[in-house]
Amino acid sequence: MVASKTATPRHRDDREVFLGAGAPAARPRRRDDRKVAWLFLAPVLVGFALFYAYPTVLGVYYSLTDYGLLAPPNLVGAENYRDLVNDDKFWNALKVTGYYVVLNIVSQTVLALALATVMHRLTQSVAVRAMLLVPWLVPNVTVGLLWMWMLDANIGFVNHVLRAVGLGTTGFLTSPTWAMPTIAGINTWAYTGYTALLLYAGMLQIPRYLYESASLDGAGEWRMFTRITLPLLRPVLALVLVVSLIGSFQIFDTVAVTIRNTPGGVTRVIYYYIYEQAFTNFRMGYASAIAVVLALLLGLLTVVQMRLLRASRSDLA
Amino acid sequence: MTPTRTQVSPGRIAPARSPLARMSQGRIPLGRIAAWVLLALAAVATIFPFYWMVRTALTPAADLYSDGVGLLPDNPTMINFLRVLGLTSVAESREAGGSGAKVDFLRYLLNSFVYCGLITVVQTLCCAMAGYAFARLRFPGRDLVFGLLVAALMVPPIFTLLPNFVLVKNLGWLNTFAGMVAPTVLMTPFAVFFLRQFFLSIPREIEEAATLDGVGGWGMFWRVVLPMSRGPLLTIGLTTAVWAWKDYLWPLLTGRDEETRVLTVALGIFLQQSPNTQPDWTGLMAGSTLTVLPVLVLLIFLGRRLVESLNFTGIK
Repeated sequence: MVASKTATPRHRDDREVFLGAGAPAARPRRRDDRKVAWLFLAPVLVGFALFYAYPTVLGVYYSLTDYGLLAPPNLVGAENYRDLVNDDKFWNALKVTGYYVVLNIVSQTVLALALATVMHRLTQSVAVRAMLLVPWLVPNVTVGLLWMWMLDANIGFVNHVLRAVGLGTTGFLTSPTWAMPTIAGINTWAYTGYTALLLYAGMLQIPRYLYESASLDGAGEWRMFTRITLPLLRPVLALVLVVSLIGSFQIFDTVAVTIRNTPGGVTRVIYYYIYEQAFTNFRMGYASAIAVVLALLLGLLTVVQMRLLRASRSDLA
Repeated sequence: MTPTRTQVSPGRIAPARSPLARMSQGRIPLGRIAAWVLLALAAVATIFPFYWMVRTALTPAADLYSDGVGLLPDNPTMINFLRVLGLTSVAESREAGGSGAKVDFLRYLLNSFVYCGLITVVQTLCCAMAGYAFARLRFPGRDLVFGLLVAALMVPPIFTLLPNFVLVKNLGWLNTFAGMVAPTVLMTPFAVFFLRQFFLSIPREIEEAATLDGVGGWGMFWRVVLPMSRGPLLTIGLTTAVWAWKDYLWPLLTGRDEETRVLTVALGIFLQQSPNTQPDWTGLMAGSTLTVLPVLVLLIFLGRRLVESLNFTGIK
């Protein structure tokens, strides 16, 4: 890259400058490591320019074009965005995604908080934590298939159990009402352990003596949870919540694996809609426009996340 | 946390007893029992589906409707593993419930290892180099470039996915490992950010001492800084490996062919090849088991590291 021509011989004299100055401060030297720095940065800069920066610009450009992959993109201005406003399937995809996110985030956060609290107060066992992490380590495709089988309308394990206890069987994924809650439940299963571990890490930062003195004062576990754990965990909890939200909006794998089993469109989330427009209908331009909207939404959440990250540092550091 | 906050004030010093001993004082510890029950339930809910997956994989397809409720299937068999690994003839495979379409999970397993391994090793090294440069070297434009990288954290993957697909396609890299690893093999903004933060936290004295011994920038990184950084490198490497192991959409778009098909993509295609209305569950569960086994091996050898890595990386 630019490395060779920007080289300066100055940094070789570093030592002399440093010793000669004899200053007590840690960084009195005025160095310039250009040559070696570009060498260090070259692979990352190439990767960044080609596969992050350039496609980001290109993505915005595509969203202003009519592009079917075969012919070159054809500039159409804001047409894709105008179409978007009148596209029922787009609005439906947003609605379905929102429904999923609410179900998933609420159940996952409540369960994870309960698990983390229990672990925090009962056991430090690494084995327990490792076990809870397994569903997160496994590909979402595997998780989707596994639960599709467990929930199979005829011979799935869950319906065996429901039959055995005298309840009627359910199709779960094949039911228009239950398909989306089922997907939310599956992903809650996959991510609760992971989320619990993040919250648990946050709880470890709470000074132990708080619990010890509260206990001496006769406080019960529930009181300690509401008066110590929850308030002091708040910054971490908020951060974990936003990270989970950003992840939850990007649900794709579980939906993609099960979509042939679910009734028409009830699980077509925004990510899947983009995928479908781009690679089934070959409407790259339109798909990019939806991606721009999603990116703005997620970008907003990330800004919130960054704010919280700073807030959590100052609170618990 | 500051030292003063952790100190117990003199009047408050409690006798050193375990929290458990204190909690069980006096009344029956109903709450504690409930807590253990909750934990046990979580354990069962976590493990049982995996047990059921393996049990199904060991069941002959013909027995699926009639099988009993024992710990193991009535007639346990390895045929499902053999046929998804491509170790049986087409006739045998069809007889055992397969569609007769070619499945070669041995190949897909190797492809997954290549995909995962390439991205993990190369990305971690490249990002460590860059992270070091951003943390320690001085050059014009450093903060601007780093700011741009951090800003890229805000761009969701789907946004760059579409143009990247076009780029890889135009390069003629579809269905090659080059195309599959291209967008992530050199860097992710998060890995650079994470490693820079770590390098900033190393005491400068060590490097200053090495400077006095005449070690320069390049040698400093490879011989002094990297060997000290095994922990964080392993942490970010594991995070990347898990991500790559689970990745589905990008390999689905760029590597559908047999030669580059990874396990996740293979499972999706296998599901669509199902011969009847009912998917080939015994085969699918055998294939699914193959995606879980390497994860268990990882947990056995690096479980502690993996669990503790969430303390740093999870909250990103």
